[in-house]
Amino acid sequence: MSRDLISLIIEATGESLFMVSVAASLATLFGLPIGVFLATSQKGELFAAPSVNAALGIIVNATRSTPFIILVVAIIPFTRLIAGTSIGSSAAIVPLTIAAAPFIARLVEAAIREVDGGLIETAASFGASPLQIVLKVLIPEALPALVLALTLAVVSLLGYSAMVGAVGGGGLGDLGIRYGYQRFMPEMMLAVVVVLIVLVQSVQTAGDYLARRLNRRLRHR
Amino acid sequence: MFCDTLFVSCKIGISQVNAHQTITLAEPVLAPASIAPGGTEEISKVRFERVAKSYPAYRDKPSVQALQDIDFGVPRGSITGVIGRSGAGKSSLVRLINGLEKPTAGRVIVDGQDISALSGKDLRLAQHSIGMIFQHFNLLSSRTAADNIALPLEIAGWSKTEIAIRVSELLELVGIGDKYDRYPSELSGGQKQRVGIARALATRPTVLLSDEATSALDPQTTRSILDLLASINRELGVTIVLITHEMSVVRQLAKEVVVIDAGLVVERGHVADIFTQPKHEITQKFLAEVLGDSVSVSLARRLEQRPIPSGQAVVRVQLRGTDAGDTVASRVARELGIDVALLAARVDEIGGQHVGSLTLGIPGDETAHRRVLSWLSQYPIPVEHLGYVA
Repeated sequence: MSRDLISLIIEATGESLFMVSVAASLATLFGLPIGVFLATSQKGELFAAPSVNAALGIIVNATRSTPFIILVVAIIPFTRLIAGTSIGSSAAIVPLTIAAAPFIARLVEAAIREVDGGLIETAASFGASPLQIVLKVLIPEALPALVLALTLAVVSLLGYSAMVGAVGGGGLGDLGIRYGYQRFMPEMMLAVVVVLIVLVQSVQTAGDYLARRLNRRLRHR
Repeated sequence: MFCDTLFVSCKIGISQVNAHQTITLAEPVLAPASIAPGGTEEISKVRFERVAKSYPAYRDKPSVQALQDIDFGVPRGSITGVIGRSGAGKSSLVRLINGLEKPTAGRVIVDGQDISALSGKDLRLAQHSIGMIFQHFNLLSSRTAADNIALPLEIAGWSKTEIAIRVSELLELVGIGDKYDRYPSELSGGQKQRVGIARALATRPTVLLSDEATSALDPQTTRSILDLLASINRELGVTIVLITHEMSVVRQLAKEVVVIDAGLVVERGHVADIFTQPKHEITQKFLAEVLGDSVSVSLARRLEQRPIPSGQAVVRVQLRGTDAGDTVASRVARELGIDVALLAARVDEIGGQHVGSLTLGIPGDETAHRRVLSWLSQYPIPVEHLGYVA
């Protein structure tokens, strides 16, 4: 493989990592509070607002049930509004964030719901406000599960980021489609796949390790 | 902070923060009832005034009347046991005291303040003076013992230095000074409950609520936790309300008992009175559990309803604090010249009174049996003729 192609792969990997890291951060920024709210706003819960909960649930489900490639195309006007263009890695961050945020919200909701309800009552018994309960009890107690949820979201985002390559999003997917598929360069396709596999493995391994370190339910000594 | 005029000082050596320093530690003291202004109203630390609590129907669950007509006071500085079976309404009752639940009717007064009328910030402030411990400890698995104890202090807005000092005091108080950096997963059940107790006492509450705090512990650990609660009550003057389904817990710790069944207070009074003169059927059943009033399986199997030649008549004598009961076996032997056999016995000292039961085997023919029974009947002690054994 020529030196040019190798530098192409390095550049595309950088683009992919940029898209995924920015999109994952933004999606967490939106998804975490939405997830916490979904987990605590049913009847009788901390921030009880059943109708808001139901409405938000419908929006989240609608976004999640739209196939990603359709979502990317459908929101092009919105992407232009935010990024000024609909082509390139920066523009791809918009659909990636919109797709990942509801996914993260559902994962966060599940993680928070796993926290023992007795702990909420305990904190309430010594006068904790709902916000204190979220910040001092729910999130710290769910942290190992939240780390695993974010790991899963980042892995999914790596897959999505390759998909935006099909519509001019840049990154590894773009490289694979344009060189590997359209120019019939199987070695390029293989290289892209190998890089993606290595990235996914690294993210998963790091996430598993961190979650295990944070999990104090296991004995360490 | 530590020299608040409301508190007296006591000295406890601190091992974590300042190994060689002695820190003046303030704890609330029991205000003697005699100096409390006003009448009986002021003697009660917690007062239920015609309280009812019902839960509305929700989804597939019908509405539930959990408590009704609850009207009693918890004396200041007392240890009051609330006993009842599962579903009797104990949990709801204790949660009304710290405002986790709101009564549907009536008022709950804590320290002269209507806690049932408080909400938001006022309620949260009042909750700082009411601690609570739980059956399953409810410790945060993500925090060490010390950090678990620090949680209510963080919530109450204490500074980091104040928290560090207070946490060390509390770890010493509950006897787990060396476990400060251990996570709950590394602690035994008894140690976890000690952390729970330290956490409940962190903000210097004057009321401690115990929700089946020893139900998940083995008998020996239960004993040590109950001893700790007793010393907290004695030394810090904290009023303790403990709910339990075990009469043995009430016997070991409480001075006052409230028996509830199906949402109603069916009986209440001093422990000694309840144990010696139980009136309600539920109370008697609870007593039977601890006093061994039920006949052992092997004895029950051998019991016959008709006299057996050269057998024994089986008689059970209840000891209920009357002097007559204590010496009954030896006096039958001495005064009637009949050697009675002791088949089963269980005697406890409760509130300074002997409480329990003796199961006696009376040898001889029916005349002898009748003599013993009529001799026993001259004393105010309950006697049951259970049957005969060979």
